[in-house]
Amino acid sequence: MTIPLLEIEDLYARVADKEIIKGFNLTINEGEVHAIMGPNGAGKSTLSNVICGKPGYEITSGSIRFKGKDLTKMSAEDRAREGIFLCMQYPVEIPGVAVTTFLKHSVNAVRKYNNLPELDTMEFVKMVREEGKKLGIDNEMIKRPVNVGFSGGEKKRLETLQMNILKPSFAILDEADSGLDVDALKVVAEGMNALRDGKRSMLIITHYQRLLEYVVPDFVHVYADGHIVKSGDKTLAAEIEKDGYAEYTRER
Amino acid sequence: MNSQKPEIIDESGDKYKYGFVTDIAADSAPKGLNEDIIRFISQKKGEPDWLLEFRLKAYEFWKTMKEPTWAKLNYDKIDYQDLSYYSAPKQKVTPKSLDEVDPELLQTYEKLGIPLKEQEVLAGVVAVDAVFDSVSVATTYRQKLAEQGIIFCSISEAVKEHPDLVKQYLGSVVPYTDNFFACLNSAVFTDGSFVYIPKGIRCPMELSTYFRINAKNTGQFERTLIVADDESYVSYLEGCTAPQRDENQLHAAIVEIVVNKNAEVKYSTVQNWYPGDKDGKGGVYNFVTKRAACRGENSKVSWTQVETGSAVTWKYPSCVLQGDNSSGEFYSVAITNNHQQADTGTKMIHIGKNTTSKIISKGISAGFSNQTYRGLVRVAPKADNARNYSQCDSLLIGSHCGSHTVPYVENRNKTAKLEHEATTSKISDEQLFYCEQRGIGEEEAVSLIVNGFCKEVMQHLPMEFAIEAAKLINISLEGSVG
Ligand SMILES: Nc1ncnc2c1ncn2[C@@H]1O[C@H](COP(=O)(O)OP(=O)(O)O)[C@@H](O)[C@H]1O
Ligand SMILES: [Mg+2]
Repeated sequence: MTIPLLEIEDLYARVADKEIIKGFNLTINEGEVHAIMGPNGAGKSTLSNVICGKPGYEITSGSIRFKGKDLTKMSAEDRAREGIFLCMQYPVEIPGVAVTTFLKHSVNAVRKYNNLPELDTMEFVKMVREEGKKLGIDNEMIKRPVNVGFSGGEKKRLETLQMNILKPSFAILDEADSGLDVDALKVVAEGMNALRDGKRSMLIITHYQRLLEYVVPDFVHVYADGHIVKSGDKTLAAEIEKDGYAEYTRER
Repeated sequence: MNSQKPEIIDESGDKYKYGFVTDIAADSAPKGLNEDIIRFISQKKGEPDWLLEFRLKAYEFWKTMKEPTWAKLNYDKIDYQDLSYYSAPKQKVTPKSLDEVDPELLQTYEKLGIPLKEQEVLAGVVAVDAVFDSVSVATTYRQKLAEQGIIFCSISEAVKEHPDLVKQYLGSVVPYTDNFFACLNSAVFTDGSFVYIPKGIRCPMELSTYFRINAKNTGQFERTLIVADDESYVSYLEGCTAPQRDENQLHAAIVEIVVNKNAEVKYSTVQNWYPGDKDGKGGVYNFVTKRAACRGENSKVSWTQVETGSAVTWKYPSCVLQGDNSSGEFYSVAITNNHQQADTGTKMIHIGKNTTSKIISKGISAGFSNQTYRGLVRVAPKADNARNYSQCDSLLIGSHCGSHTVPYVENRNKTAKLEHEATTSKISDEQLFYCEQRGIGEEEAVSLIVNGFCKEVMQHLPMEFAIEAAKLINISLEGSVG
């Protein structure tokens, strides 16, 4: 049985007075992994930001529902607490705030919203260390301030670590593969696959097929000019890798 | 670390938790300042002649002085004749032990989260001197400390019981001629704490003073004197609160510290005087002179301050590094919100050889507040190999606040190495969104980011104090975003 998790209907959205998303439709059911591929500047990150409620991104029409609830009326933090995670393309630095401190605030805020008791510090640190180990993140790294002085690869690992700790029901991965060498890519992909349990869903945003070889999507969509122009299965990704986006981006 | 620390702040409720007024009969001086008032104060306290003379000399000098105007502060002119200079809670007898202290007063301190019953005072981690308006109402753990020769009592008691020590050191670090507010304090100071750590003694517990202004239209002028003799060590904490009143309250204190050979003093402050309401009405005017003299070789002093309160703050805790190889440190977090103003910083005066100093200042401005870091590093001609490192970081929240950095350097020795770094930043929308995307609400995100910004300073606070200070920071910033 398919249960819809995220339903986007005829969405139009703008940022800085520029219409970027134009007539976007997509339904993601529980357990499904979708990939969106598109050229630079097509509006992929904008779509992620709109779904996650980033201030400054304005929906002009259309609807987004998550677990049947109207997302557009929810604050960014509540969307996160409902189970939406955005693995960011450009994670920001937070000086002086240790990774563990940050993660503890995050986990407990989400737990509190869902009426779960806060985790105690010992339990929590143990969990972070264990999850970190799987991603090649050592105990030193989690003591460092969030993203400060992290290499591109380290930042992506940290995003993946946070995702694996929060265990969201829906994760958007915005170019999680950019800046990673093959080994790091495999580690991050493993982290993603670990979350696939038949219930959780993912939206993988990328413009290379590379990551999709490790995290095999159920559906692949080509995104151009603010909406999906073609959908298919994983073979579509290979096609695009070969032929590029030219076919989809030329003026019509 | 003691986990039974009383929670001082309830994060859920009102912003300023200490705004209540204690209903207690008080013994006050009539408004105004003149020689008679000074004689009245001195007589009330049963002081010796030399101290009355000290006060009168200070008063004579004060009359010739002008209120300083160089600070970047804007406040209504203070009418020094419209204030009362003495207010003491009426107690039938001078309390000999805590059992004799007025229960109303004990309750006040309990409400402030400072229980004065010894068995409750952090199970022996901290000894407390509580100053209520003009007088010290209780000092705990005196007996235990006295066994090691440590003197910890109110300055009034010290005048009576240890007159030679007080006479030797009072005004020796901050002379009454020093500045307008210090001079006023010297004339009218009422109470404060006195600490003497004898040679070779490491004080086994944190010593702490809690200052409380209660009475209306009364200035508070406390005076603290700390003397650390050779090879001794003490960590001293100071906290303060005042009721929420529409009128401005004047507070002009002096802290003097003498550090002898190989001795070390750590002085930590969490300043939480009433800051005024969100429109800038009321609040404490905080004009404070704090100075430490590192007199002996290898002596060391560090000031750590978290300044969240007061409508107006004028404060520059300083280190005079006289002894060779002596060192001074200043770690400061100052937070201003709404219409608060703070002009604060430090002075590092290098006189001895191989003296070192370090300044870490973190200023956070929100709302319509204005903040200035003002710091002086002076190297005297004979201070060979002096070293200073200064770092002044400002964080702005919103776009209506102001932040200024004014570092003065006076270097008269070629061998000095002085470094200065300064940054100004804002909490970015990207940072806030990043936190929110991880489920952290906006206010919590701001406090997380601010606490990260202040971390280097907070690390220098004793553990119990650091927790309290972190909560205070959160409360001070409530409503600063969104
Ligand atoms: N905050 C913003 N302000 C102004 N323009 C923006 C903003 N965010 C995105 N854009 C614009 O929207 C378009 C799509 O950007 P983006 O969503 O980042 O594309 P992609 O992720 O597909 O490369 C670009 O033209 C970009 O300049
Ligand atoms: Mg992008």
